[in-house]
Amino acid sequence: MSDIQITPPESGAEIERHEEHAVDRFDNPGLPPHIHRAADDDPEAGKRAEKQVATLFGLSMLATLVFLVAYFAIPDESTFYLPGVGLSKTQNVVLGLSMGFALLFIGIGAVHWAKTLMSDEEIVEERHPQRSDDRSRAAAVTTVLDGGANAQLGRRPLILYSLTGALGLFALPFVLQIVGSLGPVNAPEELKETIWDPADNDGKPIRLMRDPEMTPIKLSDVTNGSVFHVMPETLQKYIDAGHGVLEAKAKAAVILIRLEPDLIRVQKEKDWGVDGVVAYSKICTHVGCAVGLYEQTTHHLLCPCHQSTFDLPDDCNVIFGPAKRPLPQLKITVDDAGYLVAPQGFLEPVGPSFWERSR
Amino acid sequence: MSTINETRPAEALRDGDPDVEQERADTKPLGGIAGWLDDRTGGAKPASHFLKKVFPDHWSFMLGEIAMYSMIICLLTGVFLTFWYVPSMTQVVYNGSYVPLQGVTVSDAYSSTLNISFDIRGGLLIRQIHHWGALIFVVSVFVHMTRVFFTGAFRKPREINWVLGTLLSMLACIEGFAGYSLPDDLLSGTGIRAMNGFVQSIPIVGSYVSYFIFGGAFPGEAIIPRLYSVHVLLLPAVLVGVFTAHILFVVIHKHTQFPGPGRTNNNVVGFPLMPVYMAKAGGFFFIVFGIIALVSAVVSINPIWGYGPYDPSPITAGSQPDWYMGFADGALRLLPGFLEFDTFGFTWSMNIFPGSILLLPIMWTVIGVYPFVESWVTGDKREHHLLDRPRNAPTRAGIGVAGITAYTVLLFASGNDLMAIKLHLSINDLTQLFRLLFFIGPPIAFWLTKRICLSLQRADRQKVLHGRETGTIWRYPDGRFEEIHAPLSPFERWALVQHESPEPLRISAEADENGVASPLARKERVRAKLSHFYFNDRVAPPTPSELEAAHHHGDEVDEGHLLTGEHEAIDPATTGDSSSTPRETIKADRKRST
Repeated sequence: MSDIQITPPESGAEIERHEEHAVDRFDNPGLPPHIHRAADDDPEAGKRAEKQVATLFGLSMLATLVFLVAYFAIPDESTFYLPGVGLSKTQNVVLGLSMGFALLFIGIGAVHWAKTLMSDEEIVEERHPQRSDDRSRAAAVTTVLDGGANAQLGRRPLILYSLTGALGLFALPFVLQIVGSLGPVNAPEELKETIWDPADNDGKPIRLMRDPEMTPIKLSDVTNGSVFHVMPETLQKYIDAGHGVLEAKAKAAVILIRLEPDLIRVQKEKDWGVDGVVAYSKICTHVGCAVGLYEQTTHHLLCPCHQSTFDLPDDCNVIFGPAKRPLPQLKITVDDAGYLVAPQGFLEPVGPSFWERSR
Repeated sequence: MSTINETRPAEALRDGDPDVEQERADTKPLGGIAGWLDDRTGGAKPASHFLKKVFPDHWSFMLGEIAMYSMIICLLTGVFLTFWYVPSMTQVVYNGSYVPLQGVTVSDAYSSTLNISFDIRGGLLIRQIHHWGALIFVVSVFVHMTRVFFTGAFRKPREINWVLGTLLSMLACIEGFAGYSLPDDLLSGTGIRAMNGFVQSIPIVGSYVSYFIFGGAFPGEAIIPRLYSVHVLLLPAVLVGVFTAHILFVVIHKHTQFPGPGRTNNNVVGFPLMPVYMAKAGGFFFIVFGIIALVSAVVSINPIWGYGPYDPSPITAGSQPDWYMGFADGALRLLPGFLEFDTFGFTWSMNIFPGSILLLPIMWTVIGVYPFVESWVTGDKREHHLLDRPRNAPTRAGIGVAGITAYTVLLFASGNDLMAIKLHLSINDLTQLFRLLFFIGPPIAFWLTKRICLSLQRADRQKVLHGRETGTIWRYPDGRFEEIHAPLSPFERWALVQHESPEPLRISAEADENGVASPLARKERVRAKLSHFYFNDRVAPPTPSELEAAHHHGDEVDEGHLLTGEHEAIDPATTGDSSSTPRETIKADRKRST
């Protein structure tokens, strides 16, 4: 059984370890003398400790009783002002405190018992090397080899190979079932679509609606510096159907802001807006949070998740933070009735990056 | 019992103490239910063996217990929550007792969580205990890990248990994420939204994986039920399984102990499970549970009714995950946008992918392999059951603190917006500062920690060689003042002198006698360099002859030492070999010669 090498040699001869100078070392002085506690020698102290422990357990029982009473006595809607915390639900506070103290007193009692009355004399238990002795190791190898020989694995490789194949293939149906039924596979195309596409509205321009009221917005409603959270008119279909609303909103959310037209530094931004009113996708190009914070003074849009900062007068280019791409702009005009509409959808995918985004 | 017991001088003091091993005359026969059980299981012998098991005492050994207990508390309260929680994203109109949200269309998940909070008596308490328990679970797991790391408890034979523990800590974080996403409120929904962004950033397969996870377009109706089965079934099963193995290994290996008089690598000194640890550890469960209940009684956590149901359009400022996911969120805030690029029309989101999808596995792999790296570098293949005092392993302590620093920078970065608001600082400056700190913080922390450890070692040496400061000042007839140092007793001294202080490994032969370079030479050179990195700066533990010498010239009141304020001594073992003489010793040498 020479192949059961036990201790790996100290990594070959290339490195040698300095000899520990074991000679000039202090000796382990052994366990220190045991110091008796009060309760070890003094029966009075022992009695005292016993009473303390019993009192703690008694307090626990009391706290449990408080819980039982409070559960029935305190109405659900009762609240009170807890100093340092604020308005609190009475039931939660009383139930929690009584439950907490009931548990805590059991714990403190048990620990106090252990510390005062149970023996605090340390006990020594021997350790043994973790490895089995050589004979047991040899026996284990023999058992495995004999078993293998008995099963004739070495002599009949055909069985080994076919078994490996069968077990390997056997896993496939499970994987296939999960993968095959977990979701549609037109992901890259769907990720690029939003419901701002006029095709969703029989080719007509899509009205901008207030979110969540779903009322159309007149150009004159948008005063200087005001911010509107906007959804497309087409969302109403999904709301009525009661299906797919959040999925549609997750890509269609738009923020509408009126700037001084002179502030806008990019001609496309001016052209795609109306009198300084511009609409941008509200979905962050980083990981998709809603870019909900607008700083009036600096005209920056800030994403509260990871602080990507978009410069509104500069076509929402990223000026700080982890996002790379500007927020896509939605082209808007005014229809005959004076309402803001989007004559075309987004020309690039909105939201976070994905592999096929620029294809 | 052991050789120690036979030779220890303190044994005489114990004369008259009852002998534990003595056959007891009044032993009762095993009967009743226990007898019935033993007839059928033969469990008496293993049970009595287990009950006599000895555990050493130290406050830091309770950290793992806190983790274990808070996990059990989460399992208990979690079962309670499953009775009322509805894992469904079907939209319903809320009509419970929370007035501000009545009539609002919300998901079943959100509505049922509101019901647990407002309409199930005591439900809010259990929900808060569950959430607080989860936070404390992850904290205690991490703190327990640092204890194990800094004391070297991961060394042979416990490497497997370190890896299991590493796995547990990662699963704990993922379990937590899955859990706090379940209420389907605006905050956690935003978290899932970000997770969708992370998944989409995976090169090549990202969009498909996203659709795969969400069962279609985000958010869909599948994610909450799926997270639910992960949170209440899959991960708890794995957690409990790995945790059981973790505990089993503690029993197999017997607990490590801190060095102290009477404690050796071959024994474990402490108290038996029955009754002391039964009471202490059992009682501690109630203490942990009690404290979590008290906190949950008064401190509200995750008030989802204030956030509202999830909707992709609104958002709240200061959106942050639970603390244990903070470091990943911080990494995302620090990664600059220019890391995203296109090649051949495909988008590589290197501003997202490394900080979200890669960070967790990388971080936990680095943690998991550390014991193997260290044992390769040090060439130490022995079993270790005595813990290192962290100062006695300065390089390891430095590495640990460097790692914690990097982690902490990321964690703080995830609060950069709140810090900016509360401290009236520019968020841009803060972010830039964190980016800088992520790179320069860890090396500084490493250096500082290592120096502090070496200084502490030197202070230990000083204490051993010159005694403890008594605070008593003596005035001598010639007018000089001196503080009296009291010598340490052998018991006090032992913990300060028992450790090893290995010297760096050296390459003995790069080529054999025929001049043929050894194929191992390069690998070994790397290893020798790393060993140098680990062990070159060292303070040797004091030896009896040094103590003798210190006593010899000047006793506890050595004038020279009082003047310099330094108490250094040469390690006699290392002075002969100038090439490998550690720097510490050279410094000490110079001081003495001047």
